[in-house]
Amino acid sequence: MSPTWTRFNIVSVTLGFAFLYLPIVLLVIFSFNASKLVTVWGGFSTRWYVSLFQNQGLMDAAWVTIRVGLISATVATVLGTLGALALVRYTRFRGRVLFSGMIFAPLVMPDVITGLSLLLLFVAIDLDRGFATVTLAHITFTMCFVAVVVQSRLLTFDRSLEEAAMDLGAPPVRTFFQITLPVIAPAIISGWMLAFTLSLDDLVVASFTSGPGATTLPMKIYSQVRLGVTPEINAACTILIGLVTAGVIIASIVNKRREVQRLRDEQAAQRG
Amino acid sequence: MKSLGSIRKDFAPWNDSNAKPYIQFEQVTKKFGDFTAVNNLSLTIFEREFFALLGASGCGKSTLLRMLAGFEEPTSGRILLDGQNLAGIPPYRRPVNMMFQSYALFPHMTVEKNIAFGLKQEGMPAPEIEKRVAEMLKLVKLEAFAKRKPHQLSGGQRQRVALARSVAKRPKVLLLDEPLGALDKKLREETQFELMDLQQQLGLTFVVVTHDQEEAMTMADRIAIMDKGEVMQVATPAEVYEAPASRFVASFVGNVNIFEGKVIERTAQGAQLAGANGVQILVENAGDAVAGAEVAFAIRPEKIRVSSKRPADAANAMEGLVYDIAYLGDMTVYHVKLDNGQIVRASAMNATRTTDDPLTWDDRAWISFRPDAGVVLTR
Amino acid sequence: MANSTLTDVAAHASAGKSLPARLMVGITRRLVIIVPYVWLLFFFLVPFIIVFKISLSVTAIAMPPYAPVLSLKDGISALLSDLGQLSFDNYVWLTQDALYINSYITSVVVAAISTVLTLLVGYPIAYGMARAPASLRPTLLMMVILPFWTSFLIRVYAWIGILKPEGLLNQFLLATGIIDSPLIITNTYTAVFIGIVYSYLPFMVLPLYAALEKMDHSLIEAAQDLGCPPITAFWKVTFPLSLPGVVAGCLLVFIPAVGEFVIPDLLGGSQTLMIGRTLWNEFFANRDWPVASAVAVILLLILIVPIVIFQNAQARAQEAGR
Repeated sequence: MSPTWTRFNIVSVTLGFAFLYLPIVLLVIFSFNASKLVTVWGGFSTRWYVSLFQNQGLMDAAWVTIRVGLISATVATVLGTLGALALVRYTRFRGRVLFSGMIFAPLVMPDVITGLSLLLLFVAIDLDRGFATVTLAHITFTMCFVAVVVQSRLLTFDRSLEEAAMDLGAPPVRTFFQITLPVIAPAIISGWMLAFTLSLDDLVVASFTSGPGATTLPMKIYSQVRLGVTPEINAACTILIGLVTAGVIIASIVNKRREVQRLRDEQAAQRG
Repeated sequence: MKSLGSIRKDFAPWNDSNAKPYIQFEQVTKKFGDFTAVNNLSLTIFEREFFALLGASGCGKSTLLRMLAGFEEPTSGRILLDGQNLAGIPPYRRPVNMMFQSYALFPHMTVEKNIAFGLKQEGMPAPEIEKRVAEMLKLVKLEAFAKRKPHQLSGGQRQRVALARSVAKRPKVLLLDEPLGALDKKLREETQFELMDLQQQLGLTFVVVTHDQEEAMTMADRIAIMDKGEVMQVATPAEVYEAPASRFVASFVGNVNIFEGKVIERTAQGAQLAGANGVQILVENAGDAVAGAEVAFAIRPEKIRVSSKRPADAANAMEGLVYDIAYLGDMTVYHVKLDNGQIVRASAMNATRTTDDPLTWDDRAWISFRPDAGVVLTR
Repeated sequence: MANSTLTDVAAHASAGKSLPARLMVGITRRLVIIVPYVWLLFFFLVPFIIVFKISLSVTAIAMPPYAPVLSLKDGISALLSDLGQLSFDNYVWLTQDALYINSYITSVVVAAISTVLTLLVGYPIAYGMARAPASLRPTLLMMVILPFWTSFLIRVYAWIGILKPEGLLNQFLLATGIIDSPLIITNTYTAVFIGIVYSYLPFMVLPLYAALEKMDHSLIEAAQDLGCPPITAFWKVTFPLSLPGVVAGCLLVFIPAVGEFVIPDLLGGSQTLMIGRTLWNEFFANRDWPVASAVAVILLLILIVPIVIFQNAQARAQEAGR
């Protein structure tokens, strides 16, 4: 018996989503505002998008952010996947409690602490602040998110698949690359996407660990926002929102298609 | 003595003292921490035998299978295959393949890729792999499904892919972990016979783990009944049923009535037993029971006759009250409460559509059986 | 038993193989643990030790702007004499200046109030989602996650345009005649509450939804069948069963909210005293690294209890997943 969807339920879900989406929708609308006064509608215009692309500072920052994101997400995915394997597959090793603590703590650690502590590390080892330090910092805090995503997939992984491969003559390392890795690949990919978005998003850790010449987009946006709301920033935000939304929606449609196809296949198989 | 029968009459290497053992478990013990899964177990399995390990969950049967496959190493004792000690040989180097309970089909590979997986691992040339895969698909009648992925198959088809994959390498021994557990009843019965044909056709040694006694009885040449990490009896299905070695085996396989009693007289062949409240039983198969010993008499329900009057020729007869009747179509099951309080289960084949001796609830009734209908158990 | 298979296999493999092969298996296995372990030790644990050490130093007009630097450059004896210069003065300083104590108290109170508000807003949403038709649920779930993928900074920024005196909310309220003069919301704690509730809502809704969605609806039917009116059934059955989700959601909101910087900085303005901002200012504006470090150490001590609770909950969920 499935529960009934009462009017109260519908209203609370609707209001909840209105609350979540209204601010974003307004921001997008006002990015097309002709008036320089951000909150007074002065007609439709795309002039802020044009001036955005002429803003060399913002463009440079965007390029830095994308490079940091790609590198850090990739390294974090490798490290996070290894961490998840260590957590799930090796239930007993020295220092496991400390290890799982270091995996889970960064998920809730306030950014200011992470940022400050990493900065002080870089100073202590005499590493010049810049592109490399931001990337290292992002690897560190995003790998834990990857580890958690991959870990939850590994927990439901049917170990008899690996046993079957070994039984059929595949040694452990080959079993890992031919069986385990392909089967958990979707989780690894979503781990990468999560790490990439977290890196794109980060303001606080980047502000601490970045140096001259490595200003990221959130840092740039933040410094302009502090001076007040500008339509140009609205335009930049709209582009970012558009990209992320498109990515997430495409990914979920692909997923859903695959799921529907899979269900249909299964039903067809059952019929004979 | 009359024969208890075996399905393959000409195949009984276990009775041949010259037969060479194929798989030997020698005093094998396996502990997981404080828990002893397999306790000092010795067992011999012969080439081309269809051998079943039967027991409730947690009796150690799966651990035994996993030790043979190489997923677990014995804590002590050794396992020999064709004279070779398997200790230290990892699963991927053992000439043994396993069919998993969950089938463990690789979800990202097609049916043919799944079947070819093991052949690729041993470096077989591609044309030969192709030939062998085609042969296997034909064997399990899945030629039309070669390009499908596992999720596009029904339960029965998946089971056959798993089977084809595990025999593709022509292993010395095929291990089957609850091979029919995931199938529905009808399909299970069909598949039982298919598995037996396949074993004959390929001439392989099969070791199957199951908790389903019917499955074990149907398919196996011999059954090992396990409990708490130990083997209780190893025998043919007929022996296990008709000549159980202990009270545990008698009650684990099929239905049974057990009368506890004492041997009051021992003759050359049989014995006279005395049970509670004056029950007297004359038996022919007394085994090694000596006079004065506390023993049990076990008799299967279908070997007890129920009638409204005491049959004139009955060697053993007891009176009681019809307590319950279950009409099952092919047979009728009676529960008769004897005057000493014990409830006896008896079943009668409904060989004719009507009966001359109708019995109903609360009727007085007699149960009777022949002296050779049951066995005396000393354990 | 199944979890140790890979290790067992490695052990088997080593028994029958040559020394290099045995080493290979051992090394592969260890690398899986050692690489992420060493990374986290160096980039997560060591930095905390450095933070603690620097919190015991004094400010210096130099680079790095603290003393002693504690390096081996001048030999062991110099290092040892430097160690003697470490002191708890910064911590004493924190207790003497009301700014810091107030910041800590305000942060915890603001985070706690925001957490309760987020729970109140999030629970009906999660409950409604969990009771939605099964075909609709994945879409609803995706819609809750989607804002999480869009930049935090952008979502906070979006509220400035709405809440400021000449912002959209005031324009709307003035136009409809509900108010006569603009409400002052930005640069108040109200704006901080709104910002936190808004930004952290998905973190609250997701664990609540997970707990509510897997609940067997026949439990409610059983309660009603046994004479429980719907509202009592909710409080006696649904709510207690969703408590793990409530705890997880509250921790996921409370812990980061205590140290939050962006929201109080952009929406709360200079009036709001929250420890994340205080730390930031101490570091970037005053360039007092030792005091900033001491602030961080105390903040960590405040958060250690909820973080440990969070980890235990994670570990338990992991065990349950096996």
